[in-house]
Amino acid sequence: MTAAPLDAALIDAEAGEAPWQRALRHLVKRRAAIAGLGVVLFFVALAILAPLVSPYDPLATNWAAVRKPPSWLHPFGTDEIGRDVLARVIWGSRASLLAGLVSISLALAAGVPVGLVSGYAGGFVDGLLMRMVDAMLAIPFLILAIALAAFLGPSLANAMVAIGVSQTPIFARLTRGQVLVVKHEDYIEAARAIGNPHYRIVLRHIFPNIVPPLLVQATLAAAAAIIAEAALSFLGLGEQPPDPSWGSMLNTAKNFISQAPWMAVWPGLAIFSLVLSLNLFGDGLRDTLDPRRG
Amino acid sequence: MTAFLLRRVALIVPTLFFVSLLIFGLQQLLPADPALAMAGEERDPAVVAFLREKYHLNEPLPVRYWLWVKGITVGDFGESIRIKRPVRDLILEKLPVTGELAGLAMLVALCIGVPAGIIAAVKRDTAIDYGATMAALWGVSIPNFWLGILLIMLFSVTLGWLPASGFVSPAESLKQNLLTLIMPAFVLGNAIAAVMMRHTRSAMLQVLSADYVRTARAKGLSQASVILRHALRNALIPVVTLGALEFGALLSGAVLTEQVFTIPGFGKLIVDAVFNRDYAVVQGVVLCTALAYILLNLLADIAYVLINPRLRA
Amino acid sequence: MAMRRFLSCALLATSLCAGAASAQTTLRIGLAEDPDILDPTLARTYVGRIVFASLCDKLVDISPTLEVVPQLATEWHWTDDNKGLVMTLRQGVTFQDGEKMDAASVKFSLERHLTLPGSNRKAEISALKSVEIVDDHTVKLVLDKPFAPLLAQLTDRAGMIVSPKAAQEEGDKFGEHPVCAGPFKFTERVAQDRIVLDRFPDYWNKDAIHFDRIVFLPIADSTVRLSNVQSGQLDLVERVAATDLDTVRKDTRLKLATITSLAYNGITINTGNGDRAKNPLGQNTQVREALELSIDRTALNQVVFNGEFAAGNQWEPPSSPWYVKDMPIPGRDIVKAKALLAAAGVPHPSFTMMVPTNPETLRAAQVIQSMAGEAGFDIKIQATEFASSLDLAVKGDFEAYLIGWSGRTDPDGNLYNFVGCKAPPALNTGHYCTPDLEPLLDASRTAAAVDERLADYAKIAAITLVDRPIVYLWHQKWLYAMSSKLNGFTPYPDGLIRPQGIVMQ
Repeated sequence: MTAAPLDAALIDAEAGEAPWQRALRHLVKRRAAIAGLGVVLFFVALAILAPLVSPYDPLATNWAAVRKPPSWLHPFGTDEIGRDVLARVIWGSRASLLAGLVSISLALAAGVPVGLVSGYAGGFVDGLLMRMVDAMLAIPFLILAIALAAFLGPSLANAMVAIGVSQTPIFARLTRGQVLVVKHEDYIEAARAIGNPHYRIVLRHIFPNIVPPLLVQATLAAAAAIIAEAALSFLGLGEQPPDPSWGSMLNTAKNFISQAPWMAVWPGLAIFSLVLSLNLFGDGLRDTLDPRRG
Repeated sequence: MTAFLLRRVALIVPTLFFVSLLIFGLQQLLPADPALAMAGEERDPAVVAFLREKYHLNEPLPVRYWLWVKGITVGDFGESIRIKRPVRDLILEKLPVTGELAGLAMLVALCIGVPAGIIAAVKRDTAIDYGATMAALWGVSIPNFWLGILLIMLFSVTLGWLPASGFVSPAESLKQNLLTLIMPAFVLGNAIAAVMMRHTRSAMLQVLSADYVRTARAKGLSQASVILRHALRNALIPVVTLGALEFGALLSGAVLTEQVFTIPGFGKLIVDAVFNRDYAVVQGVVLCTALAYILLNLLADIAYVLINPRLRA
Repeated sequence: MAMRRFLSCALLATSLCAGAASAQTTLRIGLAEDPDILDPTLARTYVGRIVFASLCDKLVDISPTLEVVPQLATEWHWTDDNKGLVMTLRQGVTFQDGEKMDAASVKFSLERHLTLPGSNRKAEISALKSVEIVDDHTVKLVLDKPFAPLLAQLTDRAGMIVSPKAAQEEGDKFGEHPVCAGPFKFTERVAQDRIVLDRFPDYWNKDAIHFDRIVFLPIADSTVRLSNVQSGQLDLVERVAATDLDTVRKDTRLKLATITSLAYNGITINTGNGDRAKNPLGQNTQVREALELSIDRTALNQVVFNGEFAAGNQWEPPSSPWYVKDMPIPGRDIVKAKALLAAAGVPHPSFTMMVPTNPETLRAAQVIQSMAGEAGFDIKIQATEFASSLDLAVKGDFEAYLIGWSGRTDPDGNLYNFVGCKAPPALNTGHYCTPDLEPLLDASRTAAAVDERLADYAKIAAITLVDRPIVYLWHQKWLYAMSSKLNGFTPYPDGLIRPQGIVMQ
C-alpha cells in the first residue's frame, strides 16, 4: 500500500526511540484496546487454571439436578443432564481458546511461507500459488470449513484444522502483499548486493518487517475462528459431547431457551466478551502499527 | 488498461480450475457412500448398485471429474440425487433468494458501519468513538445463529410482530417478502457491519488528512460540510468497492442465517447437501458462488483502477 | 424454470384473489425435514410419507389400533394356502388427472414398484410374484410362498396406486408431478421451501375433507418449528421436541396430541461383522447382559425426554398387541451387573459407541455412558455424522451403534431384517446369526393367525432378549403441536398426518 513503515521507523530512530517502544506507548493510550487485552488474558488464565478454579467436574452428571436455575449451589445453574454450567463455561474456555489459537497458528504456519515464497519469487511460481490461493478464497469460508469438517469427521481437533485451512489463503495473500511492498526497499537491495542468499534475505530482512500487519490479522482471525467454532458446533461438527465448548453449549441450549435460559446466557456472554475483546485489541493494534497515525 | 483487463480475465480460468479440483475432491472423498446414503431405509443392495451405476460412482475419480467438467461446459451441473432435480434448476431457483438476502444485509451493514466509521474517524478516542465502535463490533462478536434465535424468540413468539421463519417471494407479496427478510438481513448485516466500519474509518482517516480537505477547512467551511461534502464522497468509493468483496463473507454468514430462519437459499441448500452426500449440488453451488466472487473481485479491481489512475502503472 | 415459477406465482396470486371471495381454507403443516422425491416407488424418507398421506391413497390403510382397514380396496381374503391374496377394488375411484382406477391400473402400479430401476419398494414386496386381473375391479396377488406381512406392506407406499397414464408419460420425472388417487392433488413444489397440494374435487371420500389446500413447510430446527405454530404461522407441526412439551401444554394458543410410535431405539452390538466384533461386548452374552442391567430406562427417559417417551426392551413397544408380555422391562441392577462382569472376567470392559450427531441421541448417549460407568463400563462416545455412521456400520467398523429403526406396521418389519441369518447385511449390521432362531423367524412370517404368530414371537424373544444383539431402550412418541382451533386430528402409530376429519373452527 505505502512505503511508509520505513519513513516512520527512520523518524523514530532519529528521535531515539525503538519502534516497538513507540508502538507500545501508543497502544497503552488506547484504552479500549488495553481493556480488550485484559479480558483476553483473563480468559487465558481461566483456561490454564481451570482445574483449580472450577467448582465441579464439568462432566459430572446429576439426574436430580437437571436444568436447575442459578442458585448458591450452582451459580450458573445446571444443564440438560445435570452438569454445572459454571464449571462447563470455565472448562469450555479451553476449547474456545484452542479453537482460536490452534487454527490461526495452522493458518499462519501454512499461509505465511506460501506468501513469502510467492511474493519473493514472483513470476510463474507466484502466479501458480496465487491462483490456488484465489481458488480457496473464492469458496465462502464457512462452506469450505463445513466441507472440510464433514470430510474429516466431527471433533474439535478436526474443526480446528478445518478453520485453520480455511483461513490460510488470507494469510498467504496478506504476506505476499507485504512482501511485494518491502521487496524493493533499499535495504533489501543492499542485502542482495552484499551477496546474501535468498533464504537469509527472506527470513532475516523481509519477514521481521512484515510481522505487524500479520499480528493484527491474526488477532482478528482468532476472533473469527472462535465464532466459526460455534458455527460448526451448531451444525454438529465441532466439539462433541460430553466435552464442553462454548459453541456446543450454545448449540444444546438453543432448544431450551424458554425452559432454561441460563444454559445459553453464560456461554453466550463468554463468547461475546472474548470475541469482542479480541476485536477491540486487534483494532487497537492496527491503529498503533499504522504509520499514518499522528 | 486493456492489457490489464485481458490479463485479469484470463486468470479466471486457472482459478476456476483449482476451485473445481478443490470442491470435487472434498465432495468425492467424503466418507460414506452416497449411494448408500440415498438408498431407501431398507438399503436394498439392488437399489444401491443401481444408484452407483446411474451416477458413475464405480468409475475412477479422474473419469468422474472429466464427466462432471464436460457436463458443465454444456450447462449440465448434474442432478440432485435426493430429489432428482437438475442442479442448474435448483441454483436458478435459489439464487434470487440469497441474492435478495445478501443485498438487504449489505444495506444494513452500510447503514450501521458507515456512520460508525465516520464517527470513529472524526471523533477519534472519545466516548462517542467507543460507542460507535461497539455498535459496529458487537455484530461480529456474537454467533449469528444465536442472535437469530434470540430475535425469533422476541419478535415472533413473544411479540408476534414478525414471522418466525420461511420466505415469501416478492412476486407473491412484497410486504410479506420484506417481513420475512427483516430479521435475517439484520442478523447477517450485523456481522459485516464491523468490516464496513473499519473500511470507512481508514478511508476517512486517509481522506481527512488530504490536502484538499485542509484547504476546505482553511477556507472556513464548517466541520460537517467538510465531512459530508468533501471527505465522505471520496471515502465512499473504496468502501463500496471493498464492500463488493465482502460477498464471500456474506455467503458464509448466509449459510447459518438461512438455516435458522429457514430461508430456501444457497446457504441452506449447501448445508443440507453436504450432510445428505448430495455431492452434485455442493459442487455446482460452490462453483457458481466462486465464479460470482471472482467476477465481483474483477469488477471491484476495475472500478478501483478507473477511479485511481495512479494504480494503473 | 423461472418462467414456470413466475406463472405459478401469478396463478397463485389470482387464485388467492378469487379464493378470498370464497374464503379458501389452507392447512399449513410444519415438517422436520424436506421430503425427497415424491414418487411412491422411489421415495425413501419418512416425511415423504406424510405428504403421501394427503396425495396418494393406498390399497389398504391402518386404524389407530393397527388393524388393516379398507381404502382403495374394500375387501380381501387369502386363498391357495395363503399364496394368493384376492382384493376387491372400490368402485368409482378416479385419479387426479381424471383417469379411472381399475384392476389394470393396480396391476400397473404394483408391477412398477417391482420393476422400476432403483425402486425402493422392491425389497418390501419381494414376495409378490405376479398380479392377475380377475375382473375390472378385482385383482389377485400371487406369491411364491406365504408371507403374512404382505398386507401390512400394502398399507404403506408399496400399496400406493398411481395413474398409469401419467406415469407412462412422465417416466422417471413422475416424482416432479405425481398423480395419484388421494384427497389432494399436487400443485407446486419449491425445494426446501414448500410443497403445495390443492383439494381434489372428485376424491372418493370427499366429505371427510374440510380444507381447500395443504402447504407443507420443512423446518429442521424443532425450536423454530414450534415458534412458528406458536406465532400462528403454521397450524400443525410434527416431532415437537420432548423437552418442549411443557411449553406446549402451558400455551393456550396450542393443543398437543401424542401417540407411541412403531419405532424403537437401542444399542446395536457388533456380534459378527468383521474384526471389531472380537471384543468382550461382541462375544460375551454376560457382558451384554451387564450392560443392559446397568441402564435405568425410566431414568433415561426422564432425563433425556422429560419422561415423555416410552421405555422398552423389545422390538415392539409395551403398548403394542405384539409385545411379549412375559418378558417385561428389567429394572436397573448394578450389583448383578458387576457380578456378571466379574464372572465374565472383564470387570472394566471398554468399548466405543458410535452415535449419530442428533441432539437427543447424543444426550441419551451421555446418560448411558454415565449409567454404565457405574457398573464398570468405560464407554467412549464417537459422534458421527449420520451418513458416515451408516456406512461404517455396514462395513462392520463399529463396536456398538446407538441407532433406531423407524418401525413398520407388521412386527416382522421390526425384527426379521435385524436378527436373521438371511437378513440383508446392510440392515443386520451386527451380522447376528443364531441357527436356532431361523425356523422360528420363518414360522412367524408364514403363519396367518395372530395367536400363532404371538406364540412364535414369544419363543423368538426367549432367544434374542437373552442373547441381546440389540439392547432395546426406548420407543419414541409422535408429538404434535397444533393451533387450539384445529379439531379432528387423530394421531396414528405410524406418525402420518391423515387429513380426513381435520377441520379448523
